[in-house]
Amino acid sequence: MNITSLYPQWVFTHGPALLVVLPLMMAVITALLPSKNAVGAKLAWLFTLGTVVVCALLAFALLMQVISHGPVSYAMGGWEPPIGIGYYIDALNAPILLLITVIGTLCMIYALPSIAAEVEPTKRALFYSAFLVSFAGLLGMVATGDAFNVFVFLEVSSISTYVLVAMGASRDRRALTSAYNYLMMGSIGATFFVIGIGFIYMQTGTLNMIDIARVLQDGGVDSRVTKLAFAFIVIGLGLKLAMFPLHTWLPGAYAYAPSFVTAFLAATATKAALYLLLRFSFTIFDPSWDFVAKSLMYLLAGMGIVGMMVASLQAIFQNDIRRVLAFSSVAQVGYMLLGVGMVTTLGLTAGYLHMLNHAIMKGALFIAVGAFWYRFGITQVSDMKGLGKTMPLTMAGFTIAGLSLIGVPGTVGFVSKLALVRAAAENGWWWAVGVIVVTSILAIIYIGRLIEQAYFHPAPKIGNKTVAKNEAPLAMLIPLWILAISAIVLGINAEWTTSLAEAAAHVLSGGPIVEFPHAVGGH
Amino acid sequence: MINFLTSFSPAFILIAAGIVAAFTPLYQGRKFLMIAAPALVLVLINIMYLNGDADGALGGYFQVAGIELTTIRIDNISIIWGNIFAFAGILNGIFGLHEKCKITDTSALIYTGAGLGAVFAGDLITLFMFWELLALSSVFIVWRGGKESYPAGMRYLAMHILSGVLLLAGAVIYGKATGSYEFNNIGIDAPGGKLMLLAFGIKAGFPFLHNWIQDSYPKSSVTGTVILSVFTTKLAIYALLRGFAGTEILIYIGGVMTVFPVFFAVLENDLRKVLSYSLNNQLGFMVAGIGIGSSLALNGVAAHVVVDILFKGLLFMSMGAVLHRVGTAKASELGGLFRTMPLTTLFCLIGAGSISAFPMMGGFISKSMIIAAMFEGHHYIVFGMLLFASAGVLEHSGIKVPYFAFFSHDSGKRPKEAPWNMLVAMGIASFLCIYLAWPWGGEFVGFKGLYAMLPHDTTTGAAEFHPYTADHVVFQMQLLMGAMFAFTFLKRFGWYPPERRAQILDFDWTYRRLGLNLLKWIDAMWTRLGALIIYMLKTMFGRIGTRLYHVFSPAGALSQAAPSGIAAVFTAAMLAALLLGAYLF
Repeated sequence: MNITSLYPQWVFTHGPALLVVLPLMMAVITALLPSKNAVGAKLAWLFTLGTVVVCALLAFALLMQVISHGPVSYAMGGWEPPIGIGYYIDALNAPILLLITVIGTLCMIYALPSIAAEVEPTKRALFYSAFLVSFAGLLGMVATGDAFNVFVFLEVSSISTYVLVAMGASRDRRALTSAYNYLMMGSIGATFFVIGIGFIYMQTGTLNMIDIARVLQDGGVDSRVTKLAFAFIVIGLGLKLAMFPLHTWLPGAYAYAPSFVTAFLAATATKAALYLLLRFSFTIFDPSWDFVAKSLMYLLAGMGIVGMMVASLQAIFQNDIRRVLAFSSVAQVGYMLLGVGMVTTLGLTAGYLHMLNHAIMKGALFIAVGAFWYRFGITQVSDMKGLGKTMPLTMAGFTIAGLSLIGVPGTVGFVSKLALVRAAAENGWWWAVGVIVVTSILAIIYIGRLIEQAYFHPAPKIGNKTVAKNEAPLAMLIPLWILAISAIVLGINAEWTTSLAEAAAHVLSGGPIVEFPHAVGGH
Repeated sequence: MINFLTSFSPAFILIAAGIVAAFTPLYQGRKFLMIAAPALVLVLINIMYLNGDADGALGGYFQVAGIELTTIRIDNISIIWGNIFAFAGILNGIFGLHEKCKITDTSALIYTGAGLGAVFAGDLITLFMFWELLALSSVFIVWRGGKESYPAGMRYLAMHILSGVLLLAGAVIYGKATGSYEFNNIGIDAPGGKLMLLAFGIKAGFPFLHNWIQDSYPKSSVTGTVILSVFTTKLAIYALLRGFAGTEILIYIGGVMTVFPVFFAVLENDLRKVLSYSLNNQLGFMVAGIGIGSSLALNGVAAHVVVDILFKGLLFMSMGAVLHRVGTAKASELGGLFRTMPLTTLFCLIGAGSISAFPMMGGFISKSMIIAAMFEGHHYIVFGMLLFASAGVLEHSGIKVPYFAFFSHDSGKRPKEAPWNMLVAMGIASFLCIYLAWPWGGEFVGFKGLYAMLPHDTTTGAAEFHPYTADHVVFQMQLLMGAMFAFTFLKRFGWYPPERRAQILDFDWTYRRLGLNLLKWIDAMWTRLGALIIYMLKTMFGRIGTRLYHVFSPAGALSQAAPSGIAAVFTAAMLAALLLGAYLF
């Protein structure tokens, strides 16, 4: 049976726009909900959950559509793309849309108990509203086919994210300085990005991605302005995706934001920025141009390698669990950049695959860490003692995701690391194989430390009584275990994710996209 | 039903049984799984083998990351390991019937499954996956040994993960160079060959890589040691035989492996540790046999694996029974136990006779094959080492273990006889030790039955071998009598090293002590380096001006995180670098 036949037709014609407009509209409605009582907060949660679920269904439909019929294009307001704003969805960004919406859905389930514990009641409705804006921003910057529109949504999602991070202040005041730090860095990144877009506009006179690519192909290659634009865009996006050493905003933001925000951001935000980097480097600029190829190889792969090593080492010496995982995220971004920097189909597949897989495992890990805090107020590694006994199910989910992060066979982490090792070997980059192996060992140490604390130390005693078992609520366990189980299932049978990654790599290795697709909606 | 059960690697049946056992609250249910699952697998692999063609039964194809995996390859070599592994699984199940530990049951089943899966792996990636699973599942068994076993288990895990990483690295290099991940003869000169040899060597207990055996096995629980002694090292022997048969350096490595544990074993007080050393020594015979690589030698290795699993398991079981009843396996605290544990004594003596290769007992029919092949291969120095080691085996495993545990001076301890299930397991192993060496009877009775299983024909051709010839028997008896005379002589005049509580420093001291200190040093240096960098940053900004310093290094909460100012400088620097690059190229 064809799943797409279950959807009404308007989903395919107006899906790209709905995906972004719906959460934006709902954000306004959610913000207007009464926020003085608990009912309002509950209602806001329900609205938000409904929105993300609908978005997930839309994203799934779009992915199916892209797989079976090729790229989807949408003209906003009926204005044809080179003049109006066009949305463009192909095999490269459709999986990211699905990833963001699915992770969003799982995190929303988790949000009910988590937000109730971490955010003041009067601010909850506004919190959900800010989340929806951030969610819409992420979807918008992935779905749009207009370079300036990317900047707009980048800012929409970033500014609301700063708010979300700062909301962690009721739990830990350091959230405020972290959010401020994030704001400064994020603004610098966005500024660089928009300067780059400005240079592109100066060179090509257009803002539509496909149109830019066409003009550049016609003969803007050797221009200094093009190079300048590329440099600004790469650095701006590098900051957003936490490329080493531009990652300094990330550990603080992840460590002190509300658990729900961390879980959502860790799994999606850097992935959306990485997608943009891929989109700009491969399908707008041309990787066969010398300076693009050299920047990809030396800057992305080089910084990826350094980041893998340094951030893994930093993760080992952290005391705060979320900082350990945050530094590990920086290291994992390095893996993805390494794959991308190879510029071969295998390397791109591996990098893209790792991006999808990393979202699954990091999402699960941060959800579990949030549950530890929810039950026992645990933030430090040394406080994890005895969690294997006191929260067995949560800890088991954490362990599965942790093993996957290490790259134990039978988990998603192994699949993408193996793909990466193969890609590096095929490229003749033996030193990269060595670094992957070494950083995997470092990952054993920093994840092993956490698991060791939980399973090999007795639970602490209060007075004379050992702390009793106190499992996380079901609303936390369900998303955690969905992610943990998918980490195993997709690790054993990786065909689906691999085919998605291969399709994306196929788009990337096809060079710049200069033709508008035929399937056009929005009239 | 049979078709379905034979369509995937039998390892998964055991792994599934292990997972079910983890959620089975009743220990009777788990015990049933412990015995039934390996028994089912034993039947299945033989059905699969008989249905296979000349190359053996291939199947269980899988696609992972673009590589086709062959998870089933049951041919005339892997079936030997498969049979004895599954059989040992059953014996371990019986031996552990009295124990009510969920973790041991679960990990023993998964461990057995991983061992079988690795033996039946047709390609290097599958081998690697089960290789790692083997390490991960077995470390829990090590950890059941109590407090002292925890750091030992960590060291064990570190060694085995390292081995897995080396294997994967070697496999990727090899697969890249040859375009095939099939697990056949690799050879030391193949790309990645040395890495894989090192990986196998760690598991096989090559000299200087061997310490994890003596470190972790004696520290595990009563049943744990018995289970551990079967799979890991014998799997490594299998992998070496597949990949590196006829690699000359293995002859010398094997020779060294047989000789050096003798000295440690004679001095050691903990009898389970003595057995761990003798395990190492037996592995040496196998490694040397693989090094020769002739059909006779490989037959000898295969046969020796089968009997070694039986008699080494038997010896560990008997010491386990002693530990279970007395609470210690230290020679200095045992003695005179034969009065109340007569059956255990008998079984231990049979095991001791087998490992010492007395004619009519297990070791004789296999070890003599390897020694004969060594002689035929004209490796006289190693031949001499093997003879010395054979005498040494008699000394420490054949005489020392039963003598100090059951006879010697009376310790005054009067423990009960071992539990019935242990006696049954030991009885079966003892019976097979004798049966597999039985010289009389028809074509498939006694040792001829074992020989018929071997990969090369032993009745004619290059691998022709008859163990019970006058010169073999007489030669072996001379050797054994000489060794026994030496023990008696030394003991009589009080020159034999007395059973003492002492720590023996083996090579592992270097990496335990040195490695720990090195890590501490790196940790301290890392902290210091961090402090130094912060100090340098401070002075640098101090020179530019205190005002800048106040901006970039806020006190309190932000002192850990890098201030956004520094990050902005980084960003600008990277942009400058990129632009410079774009300008120059």
